[in-house]
Amino acid sequence: MNIKALLAGTALALGLAGAAVAQDKTKVGFIFVGPIGDGGWTYEHNEGRLAVEEHFGDAVETVYQESVPEGADAERAMTQMALGGADIIFTTSFGYMDPTINVAAKFPDVKFEHATGFKRADNVSTYSARFYEGRAVQGHIAGKMTKTNKIGYIGSYPIPEVIRGINSAYIHAKKVNPDVEFSVIWAYTWFDPAKEADAAKALIEQGADVILQHTDSTAPQAAAQEAGDVITFGQASDMAEYAPMPRVSSIIDNWAPYYIDRVQAVIDGTWESMDTWDGIGPGMVEIGEITDAVPAEVKAEAEALRDAIAAGEYHPFTGPLNKQDGSAWLAEGEVADDGTLAGMNFYVEGLTGEIPQ
Amino acid sequence: MDLSSINWVLLLASLMVAATPILLAGIGELVVERAGVLNLGVEGMMITGAISGFAIAINTGSVTLGFIAAAAAGALLSLLFGFLTQYLLSNQVATGLALTLFGLGLSSLMGQGYVGIKGLSVPDIHLPILSDIPVLGPILFRHDAMVYVSILIVAGVWAFLKFTRGGLILRAVGESHDAAHALGYKVVRIRLMAIAFGGACAGLGGAYLSLVRVPQWTEGMTAGAGWIALALVVFASWKPWRVLIGAYLFGGLTVLQLNLQAAGMKIPVEYLAMSPYIITILVLVVMSSRGGRAALNAPAELGRSFHASS
Repeated sequence: MNIKALLAGTALALGLAGAAVAQDKTKVGFIFVGPIGDGGWTYEHNEGRLAVEEHFGDAVETVYQESVPEGADAERAMTQMALGGADIIFTTSFGYMDPTINVAAKFPDVKFEHATGFKRADNVSTYSARFYEGRAVQGHIAGKMTKTNKIGYIGSYPIPEVIRGINSAYIHAKKVNPDVEFSVIWAYTWFDPAKEADAAKALIEQGADVILQHTDSTAPQAAAQEAGDVITFGQASDMAEYAPMPRVSSIIDNWAPYYIDRVQAVIDGTWESMDTWDGIGPGMVEIGEITDAVPAEVKAEAEALRDAIAAGEYHPFTGPLNKQDGSAWLAEGEVADDGTLAGMNFYVEGLTGEIPQ
Repeated sequence: MDLSSINWVLLLASLMVAATPILLAGIGELVVERAGVLNLGVEGMMITGAISGFAIAINTGSVTLGFIAAAAAGALLSLLFGFLTQYLLSNQVATGLALTLFGLGLSSLMGQGYVGIKGLSVPDIHLPILSDIPVLGPILFRHDAMVYVSILIVAGVWAFLKFTRGGLILRAVGESHDAAHALGYKVVRIRLMAIAFGGACAGLGGAYLSLVRVPQWTEGMTAGAGWIALALVVFASWKPWRVLIGAYLFGGLTVLQLNLQAAGMKIPVEYLAMSPYIITILVLVVMSSRGGRAALNAPAELGRSFHASS
């Protein structure tokens, strides 16, 4: 009896599997580093996922897993997703780089897309946004707005993506305010609201009146709001609920067009491994509304800077620039190449503190 | 490095705020474990308390009601654990882990409509006269009410366990449930009460995060605080005041390392970031090196199921 039931069940399962194949839906998977309700990084990736669902309707099915740790457990989550029949899997955090490569090697027929990394394979693409372009605009506003000349920066991990942001913000703050100083706190987490709030408070207690964050939750915004006379910028998402103060502007990641493009390529069978790195120009990075808390002329300058970057007339890393140790990096008028930027592991001249190695 | 840029008074004051969530959750779990029950669901109860408290506080405009709701929600969830482990005799470790997963999912479901809503501001209570004492005043006597409540709960638990008959019975149940049963005490009922108290405290701790420390609702916002609270109970070798010391030590190191970083300390950041955990491990090693389970002071029946007919 039991064996019969088992056989029947197996037959049923096979039948269902067959039916699923017959429907021929493209299955799109997402691995998220935080919860989709973080209000920042993961929230925007999930918006991209929802845009894919809306665009393709019944032709695709999306699956996702939230709060996947960056490490061995990520391989398990990806493997499970690949075994579950996903045709393309987006792994949306830097720390998934090696796990993605490892799992991709085991599933040559599944396409993988890794965000913000630099390792590719025949079935692994990488994509990222030029957040540092947005950081330039933030740095400009921060340098103009600070009264204490102390700017606090909450970093997540000392990886190129984050270091680029610090450098870009610093260069442009320094340009408009030679007295500006940056204090960087490495939180060693992408998402821990309590810790992010504590970090923001520590910076504010030490005199910072501008807080930039490269972590995913809105907790630093709440801490700044409580402190009163402190300004912040939305990170990865608009975080408009904290406008007009403390949040005076934001960097918004818009992944939806890219996700739709890549899923379309899988459906058409034209998917190829490639590297995408888009900025303000193509619309992958957007600058959220600059609020009235910012004086009109500063707002106009910031918007001009944004437009110059978008048009390709200005590159945020334009010489003359020296490295922190004083050695020359870029000569007058020279712009940084993408290779150096992608692997950036040094501060520019003027920043204090050391990058943890 | 510029240590003078650190405001030590503010740092010590924020230490107490940073420590309060784990202190509340830890003291609740201590009572549960003294009754011989191991509830690994602290994280799940905390986060359920966090969203329940936040939702009620936003809807009623009262932070006090928020905290009451958080305690009720935590207790309710813990009674689910109590029913499964005390009546159905399910495995406590597995049930506790399941409770954490359940709580995380439940809270994210409940919190759907509360993402991105700003929290209420909780006023600091300046205790008269005391708060005007230089240095000590701002550090100790200018906090929100929950900081004082948490200390009162620790004192209450200590007095209850040490001086009252009820405390003696609770400890008896934790040390030998068969003996307590033979004396006519209702082991299961006592344990359920302890579990509910632990759940309520965990709920309060979670609500402190969402209402005071952060203050907003974000999915998964406890980010492991429940596990720290569990470690804290072992760290304290099941003694109430040591939970307070442990929580302030851990909270203090967390805040201190962030401040040292902001001040540009020349110690590699990795060491600073790991220091709260290293110190916790060191203390555990030192304490456990003094002998076996007895020296650690663990309740003898910790994690064992009780059934009257067995």
